[in-house]
Amino acid sequence: MDLSMLWYLVPSVIMFVCGIYGFMTRKNLIAILISLELMLNSADLNFVIFNRYLFPGSMEGMIFTLFAVALAAAETAIAIAIIINIYRAVGNTDINEVKQMRF
Amino acid sequence: MDSVGNIVLYFCVAICLLIFSIKAVTAKKILRAATYLLFVLLGTAIFYFQMGYQFLGAVQIAVYAGGIMVLFVFAILLTNKPNEQDAAGKRHRKLWGFLVAAASLILLIFAIFYMPLIHGLSLEQCLAASNTITMHDIGVAFTGGERFQYLLPFEAISVLLLACIIGGVTIARKEV
Repeated sequence: MDLSMLWYLVPSVIMFVCGIYGFMTRKNLIAILISLELMLNSADLNFVIFNRYLFPGSMEGMIFTLFAVALAAAETAIAIAIIINIYRAVGNTDINEVKQMRF
Repeated sequence: MDSVGNIVLYFCVAICLLIFSIKAVTAKKILRAATYLLFVLLGTAIFYFQMGYQFLGAVQIAVYAGGIMVLFVFAILLTNKPNEQDAAGKRHRKLWGFLVAAASLILLIFAIFYMPLIHGLSLEQCLAASNTITMHDIGVAFTGGERFQYLLPFEAISVLLLACIIGGVTIARKEV
């Protein structure tokens, strides 16, 4: 039995689909951000899988994933700062309560 | 033919990923959802180690599981009451989410099963075909300006992180 590419792509697909479901159903802003991280993580995993199985001699997929991880850290920090600001202005982090950009 | 240890490890991690990613989007308490996300990120790091990217796995654990999860826990504790539950969404919203997720699942599974490239090498063969990535290779790739070297994006990332620090402090600071 071989661990071919398919075996690694299936968990990645499941992660991505869970992210979509959470993104559409959750109401808390932080829960939506968690779903977003799931989707981003599945995309990173795909980069690495394709690099390993299709181009075993190079490492460009790994470098792209390194950049993506750094970008994800920056994005999460800014998003959490915005969420804390919204909490201060509105009093909770429910996405239905946020109707205007400026308070 | 892959070794039995690799296959067993793969199945353990894949089942954990499956369970924890579903729990991360359905858990009622938001702090639990963050913890399940942490397990998903650690499982992904194990996949990276298994595929021979040790540095990437270490970065995944240090930055994602270390840094970003701490940010999440701080944000959750700052904005939620500890035992508050995420109010259940409306029924039609859940239905729509489920429909869209199921449609994408079918589409993606169809796509990857009909992809002509998947009947390729096994993990063992790929690992044998590649040369080990050393820290020296990564350092050279990040500090050169030639083909397949990434000095400019590396510097751009450092400026981006600085901008992100300043932006985060400015946005989250109390008004004076």
